[in-house]
Amino acid sequence: MAFEKNAGASSRGAPARTPLPGGRFAGNGSLGGQLVKIALLGLFTALGVWAVLPLYVAGNWWGIGLVVAVVGLVYWVYLSKRTVPAKYLLPGVLFLAAFQVLPVLYTMSTSVTNLSDGHRGGKEQAIASIEAYSVTSAEGAEEYALTVATTGSPESGDLVFLLTDSEGRAYAGTEEGLTGIDGATVGPSGRVTEAFGYTILSPTEVNARSDELQEFAVPTGEGTGIRSSGLSTAFEGTATRVYDAGCDCVTDSETGVVYHADNERGAFYDEDGQRLAQGWQVNVGFENFAHFLFNPTFASSFFTILLWNIAFAFSVTFLVFVVGLAVALVLHTPKLRGRIAYRVLVVLPYAMSSLAMFLLWRDMFNTDFGLFNRILGLEVDWLGDPWTARAAVILANVWLGYPYMFLVATGALQAIPRELGQAAQIDGAGPWQSFRHVTLPLLMVAMTPILVSTFAFNFNNFNAVWLITSGGPFSPDNPTAGATDLLITYTYRLAFNEATAQYGYAAALSVMIFLIVSVMSVVSLGRSKALKEVD
Amino acid sequence: MRFRIAPAVTGIAAIALMATACGGGADEGGENTSQGSLLIWSDPERADAIKAAAAEFAETNGIEVEVQGLSFGDIQGDLLNAHQAGNAPDVFIGAHDWTGNLVRNGAVQPIELPQDRASGLDETALEALQYDGQLFGVPYSQENIFLMRNTDLAPEAPETFEEMVEVGTELKESGETSEVLSMAVGQEGDPYRMQALFSSAGGYLFGRDDQGDWDPTDLGLGSDESIAAMEKVAEYGEAGEGVLRRSISTDNDAALFYEGDAPFFVAGPWNIADANEAGVEYEISAIPGFEGEEPASPYIGYQAFFVTEGSDNSALAQEFVTNYVTDTEFVLSLYEADPRMPVQTEALESVSADDPNVAAIAEAGAEGTPMPSIPEMGETWEPLGIAQAAIIGGTDVREAMESAHDTIASQIGE
Repeated sequence: MAFEKNAGASSRGAPARTPLPGGRFAGNGSLGGQLVKIALLGLFTALGVWAVLPLYVAGNWWGIGLVVAVVGLVYWVYLSKRTVPAKYLLPGVLFLAAFQVLPVLYTMSTSVTNLSDGHRGGKEQAIASIEAYSVTSAEGAEEYALTVATTGSPESGDLVFLLTDSEGRAYAGTEEGLTGIDGATVGPSGRVTEAFGYTILSPTEVNARSDELQEFAVPTGEGTGIRSSGLSTAFEGTATRVYDAGCDCVTDSETGVVYHADNERGAFYDEDGQRLAQGWQVNVGFENFAHFLFNPTFASSFFTILLWNIAFAFSVTFLVFVVGLAVALVLHTPKLRGRIAYRVLVVLPYAMSSLAMFLLWRDMFNTDFGLFNRILGLEVDWLGDPWTARAAVILANVWLGYPYMFLVATGALQAIPRELGQAAQIDGAGPWQSFRHVTLPLLMVAMTPILVSTFAFNFNNFNAVWLITSGGPFSPDNPTAGATDLLITYTYRLAFNEATAQYGYAAALSVMIFLIVSVMSVVSLGRSKALKEVD
Repeated sequence: MRFRIAPAVTGIAAIALMATACGGGADEGGENTSQGSLLIWSDPERADAIKAAAAEFAETNGIEVEVQGLSFGDIQGDLLNAHQAGNAPDVFIGAHDWTGNLVRNGAVQPIELPQDRASGLDETALEALQYDGQLFGVPYSQENIFLMRNTDLAPEAPETFEEMVEVGTELKESGETSEVLSMAVGQEGDPYRMQALFSSAGGYLFGRDDQGDWDPTDLGLGSDESIAAMEKVAEYGEAGEGVLRRSISTDNDAALFYEGDAPFFVAGPWNIADANEAGVEYEISAIPGFEGEEPASPYIGYQAFFVTEGSDNSALAQEFVTNYVTDTEFVLSLYEADPRMPVQTEALESVSADDPNVAAIAEAGAEGTPMPSIPEMGETWEPLGIAQAAIIGGTDVREAMESAHDTIASQIGE
């Protein structure tokens, strides 16, 4: 509406073309504007190049394509004169995609995998670890002092291990095998310092070829080889576990056990169901979701927690609102003296760090040393009993949350003309009636969105629970789900507890929280719209 | 004044600007990527000490050593994520009980110590850093919990747990203190500290197989020995003598001791600096076991240097951990900056001679057991702690221990 009016005003008398919004920067710009534009586009391109380099190293062509497309899009939008609305929308849309849509998609894609400790990388990585970790030196096997040398250039010539054994004999070890060398100079540390025909590499030169060095072994027998251990020692070791692509299995030559790959569970299992520790990430479909919804223990924890979570968010929102509003009404009385002082006092909890406050509340609920039991002479184990712990968490949150409600309510009350209340009184309404039918409805217009956001915030109020009870108390029967656990603290414990990090499960749970909160927000916002229309 | 520049010109100008800017940057970048800079992750408290101690290594090999400080508890998780993303450090400091988890994620390199290097280190420490017979980290310091007592209140070190409770109860009844013992339990239990009493009374968590490795299939929590052990502990719980209580946790245990409210304190090396500052007269002794039972066997934790799998500087990193971390000079210079009990035998001897506390802690840990480093260990903390807290609160011992046993068994079995 406003836009049309403006457009009409500025094109007064002029025919045809409607000037587009965006003023001087739109089509023709001042020199300064052009320079700013060039600088910003240059900066953005630099950002793109910076993003492409690691992708190029990793060989991620899809990623490169995406970056090029985004940079291209930005150039097109900001250089074209026809894309004015897009000029305003694009930054927001890009940020939305980068910080909202991508994480959600990533979480969703993780939720259908078994990503967890022992299943982080790919299958090849797992096989490489299994083989590398099985290299052991036999008891009393020969140790060598090592000097890494080459027969060619320091950067790319074939590696040679110049070795001296415990008796001071010198050898040259190549990928073909071990041969004795004469005339090598052996230094005081027992290492070869000079040998004819070999170039000795400096520590940094050796280090630059670390990857090759890790693969390099001087063969001395079936599966046995001399490998380096650091820059100055080498040992003879045998790889006891070897992967065979033919049978897709790992054979342990020491015990004779064969471990077959299970590509559905992402690990190697032997016949007895014993697995090798190193597994890989596989797609498990909706198993993680099914686990929460249908496994009896998990499902009962999940639904108990969900119920408490809703009850927690609802009761905190409700109590905060009631207390905040009540205090605001009391302090709204014009006759009250020292109102400002009272208001400052009431707002104080809001001004303090909530983290420190939560910890303080936790200490106040301590059975033996806590303030509550000492003052009241009680012996209540506040945080040890499910119901008192729940009450404690709600109490602490109401105390921390009501000043905000009070501030909002005070503001809203001041915007309601006092004459309305007086008019109601003249019409014969009592104080309660005038509050109920005049003040409250007007107040709710301003308060409803705040209440919806308070609910959504408390639904995921991680700190409140984690810092006071850490989700506890727990029952010995079910130590993973505590009585005050919210879905978010439960998720956190699953994903990051010190035992096994289970990102797959945690992601599935996050997706469910996302769906629950989305549905509730859409429904409640829809209702608040309905409220506005009534108004 | 109005300019009209063709969009194409603007675009070309933008790219040209970017190109000149990047061109300038590339030269500087070239110098920084000189080969041979070793990146180490450690906790901030030790970062400077490591940097200083590694100076000689850096000079000998003509490289630079950089140390980044992370909170110790974050190192394991961050390292696993960084390793997956390909930007992990070359070397990092960790606790020995991370070994199992690091190994199953393929995040560390096996380490082969030359025999003369290995022989200079404490044998149990080396065993603690092995997984499946393979060494994965080089231990350099160790820690264990011990009993700290206020010598003004209790001049003699108690021989048995019963004796300690007796002395403490007398002090409490005469009103000199408000507590008998400050031992952290908390609402979620503290199996790490409880292990000392649990082991003394004959309980066990994991058995060992023929080769002496921890055996995750031999879980002992539901066994009669373990239940009897926790029944013994429960005698001192809230329903019994009230010596062990859930209201004492790691948040207030130290304060109770420093302020003279408790004569005895189950403490760790991390409490020493504060205890000195608080000005309490204290002495360190072993945690006493129950009368007529086994000696208390606290967990020993080792701290070690690990080499990251896939590190670009693995040759230097391996060289550093095998030949420098095992070196007496290096360990001593680390000790000077950050006093932790060394596992390097020579260094430990020279340090113990100077610092009576170190000798006392070593003695208190003489009966200790290395904390199991198998990944299954991680699954036990929470259920076992909750069961122990419930038992101290007065729950039925058998029921609590058996349900903890079942929970852990089903989690390990998964």
